[in-house]
Amino acid sequence: MDIKDLEKAAVEGKLDRREFIKRATALGLAAPFATSLLTQSVHAGMTPKKGGKFTFGSSHGSTTDSLDPGTHENGFATNLVFAYANHLFEVDNTGKLIPELAESFEASKDAKTWVIKLRKGVEFHNGKPMTADDVIAAMNHHRGEDTKSAVKSLLSAVTEIKKTGSHEVTFTLNAGNADFPFILSDYHLAILPAFEGKMDWQAGFGTGGYIIDRFEPGVRATFKRNPNYFKSGRAHFDEVEMVSLGDTTARQSAVMNQEVDAIYRVDPKTVHLLGRNPNLSILEVTGTLHYTFPMRVDQAPFDNYDLRMAVKLSVDREALVNKILLGHGAIGNDHPISTSQPFHNGEMTQRKYDPDKARHHLKKSGFSGTLDLSTSDAAFAGAVDASLLIKDSAAKAGLDINVVREPKDGYWSNVWNKKAWCACYWGGRPTVDWMFAAAYMNDGKWNDTAWKTGPAADRFNKIVLEARSELDTNKRRAMYYEAQVLVNDDGGALIPMFANHIHAVSKKIGHDGQVAGNWEMDGSKAIERWWFA
Amino acid sequence: MHPVITTVLQRLALGLLTLFVVSLIIFSSIEFLPGDFGEAILGQAALPETVAAFRKELGLDLPLHERYLEWVGGVITGDLGNSFSGRGSSGGADRSRPVIDLIAPRLGNTLFLAGMAAIIAVPLALFLGITAALYRGSIYDRVVNALTLTTISFPEFFVAYILILFFSSFFKVFPSLANIDPSADFWERVYLSALPAITLTLVIVAHMMRMTRAAIINLMASPYIEMADLKGVSKSKIIIYHALPNAWAPIVNVIAFNLAYLVVGVVVVEVVFVYPGVGQLMVDAVTTRDVPVVQACALIFAITYIMLNLFADIISIITNPRLLHPR
Repeated sequence: MDIKDLEKAAVEGKLDRREFIKRATALGLAAPFATSLLTQSVHAGMTPKKGGKFTFGSSHGSTTDSLDPGTHENGFATNLVFAYANHLFEVDNTGKLIPELAESFEASKDAKTWVIKLRKGVEFHNGKPMTADDVIAAMNHHRGEDTKSAVKSLLSAVTEIKKTGSHEVTFTLNAGNADFPFILSDYHLAILPAFEGKMDWQAGFGTGGYIIDRFEPGVRATFKRNPNYFKSGRAHFDEVEMVSLGDTTARQSAVMNQEVDAIYRVDPKTVHLLGRNPNLSILEVTGTLHYTFPMRVDQAPFDNYDLRMAVKLSVDREALVNKILLGHGAIGNDHPISTSQPFHNGEMTQRKYDPDKARHHLKKSGFSGTLDLSTSDAAFAGAVDASLLIKDSAAKAGLDINVVREPKDGYWSNVWNKKAWCACYWGGRPTVDWMFAAAYMNDGKWNDTAWKTGPAADRFNKIVLEARSELDTNKRRAMYYEAQVLVNDDGGALIPMFANHIHAVSKKIGHDGQVAGNWEMDGSKAIERWWFA
Repeated sequence: MHPVITTVLQRLALGLLTLFVVSLIIFSSIEFLPGDFGEAILGQAALPETVAAFRKELGLDLPLHERYLEWVGGVITGDLGNSFSGRGSSGGADRSRPVIDLIAPRLGNTLFLAGMAAIIAVPLALFLGITAALYRGSIYDRVVNALTLTTISFPEFFVAYILILFFSSFFKVFPSLANIDPSADFWERVYLSALPAITLTLVIVAHMMRMTRAAIINLMASPYIEMADLKGVSKSKIIIYHALPNAWAPIVNVIAFNLAYLVVGVVVVEVVFVYPGVGQLMVDAVTTRDVPVVQACALIFAITYIMLNLFADIISIITNPRLLHPR
């Protein structure tokens, strides 16, 4: 039996998920790959068709949501903005960067100057043509003193944005960055029409495949297809309704009763029950989402390398993946780069639960006493249980942990990035550099491990900076591999697991066969990528 | 002046005083919440500068009493202020939505659901209460009591899920999502809101039904009822013409209490059925520290309680000749 037969058997329902993965792994496929193969083959082989009304239940959405791209922070907003607006670049469903509103780009040798040519003949929903002025206004929305944009720091390296033609913009950076186009694909940096030199987000006009019909924050958004959409082979549905279904049970019963066609964030505890529904298929994608327990190396006792190592060795990662994610995830190796990313270091040895070695490091550190671990389910669902599991496995290594339950409210302002050791999550970033810049480099604003000085941290900062302006892929790979080793060994982050994105999708829905893992819902672009078969 | 009018005026004055105290409590309790709007909206991505920019623009850097006076001044002149969300971009232009625009459609939905539940629940409770009193001690009385006590004893979300299981999953009678559309017509709204309204009915019927039954049974022991009984008046006539008029006062108070609950306390039902009501709005506003919205919701809830209680008092006076014509 080869993999094709297996796929066929799975599609016809002769094999269940567990059995499929077991056999596929026996054939030599890695488990995460087998999972995505299964879910993808169920939908593959369908050709795109226009029409229909796609209703989709978002786990997010709050009455305080607005159309201001600078404040977008949840899954409702990302799906919304990718439906009605476009960006200069797009991460496609294989994780590759492709130009979207940009037509082509050219970088100087030092990767400091980026000349971006814009696509011509693209119109906003109000009929206004998209030009360099709109792009500049859109970028400036996130820059400057008084901006309240969440991505201000992302554009802090940009020193100048100049119009060098009606459809050409030149960005100047203060340091080279080979990944700059990736940054321009960030969902916050949507290109919206400019009005009197400022970005006019209030009107809700974009260039996207769907025109916003109605937006009721925290309740729903409805869209109609943009007949003038510049992309071919995208935006297949006639109408789209996105409803906010925050309650997990409400969301799952809605998809079971076919009141919505797709949902994401299926509860791992009940995913097998949803999978039994004949109308639904479970779509699982390994992404970049990972759960972390950052130890602040600037605070005692975590300033001690051996104590950090003792903690990292006294965590039973397999048990965490099996009990907290119920198998819907992968174990982490104390660095934030996912197996789905191009520069993931697969040559490094996976750190395992080793109470004896942990005991050895604990003794060497000279630490005796109790470690406080601050935790709350605000960090991720199951964070409290995960902390208790860590406490249990660490006790076997002679390490005494006191789990402190913190209130959910205000967790991000009062606990995270303040307490010496706490639970946290990172949604992941499309590039290695971006992930490191956000949370691991010494100038990162969210460096929650405060790992900034010392020989290893210095070396790490140096090579990541070098890699940023390195345009030779092989050299970059070597640098990023070393950087991952440094974070894994000396860094303050305990990263025990990567979580899968779990969706439940009606069998009537078709997609490309390849589903993006950078965000949930096919990179938050399901609205324009999927169709009714 | 007529005693009814005096009472109404007295109650209104007291109500205003209560509102004032409530406003103080709301305002100070929001102060005690950790974090502020900027931190809440940016979450993990909050930088000190961006949070400070938010705080400055929203006027959160002003002292407490100044902010309170400004808010109260606005409320008195009928201006509930602007929501924090959607506040201007880097352009500095204020494009936020007035609180009233945010609350009005939600409040409409909440009142619709409350009204629908009340129209089912109140007559049902009265009917069950009166008949249970009439056939006191019979199998009927016991079954009604047991059933209503069962439904009130289960948490709302449990009743809701059971209803969804039977009426949306097994038999597709009603939708499990009640996210009504502003453009939906009346009957569509009724159809969509059916399950939440039934849930609420099941939750509130017991309280009203048992109060009706108890009030009537209590009166049945009084001498004038005995007199009527001795005259040979039939039992049902005694209850409807003699007992019920005197029993209205406690019953109406319980009804008012439950109606107020329907308006202010149904957030769990709203979440389960994804019903866009004012409760969900307030919870969202609290988590993001959207203070103007929280304050406005709390004030509306307080007004609902005060008005419904006033209404209950007026009905008790009108139905009670001794209070209506005091010597």
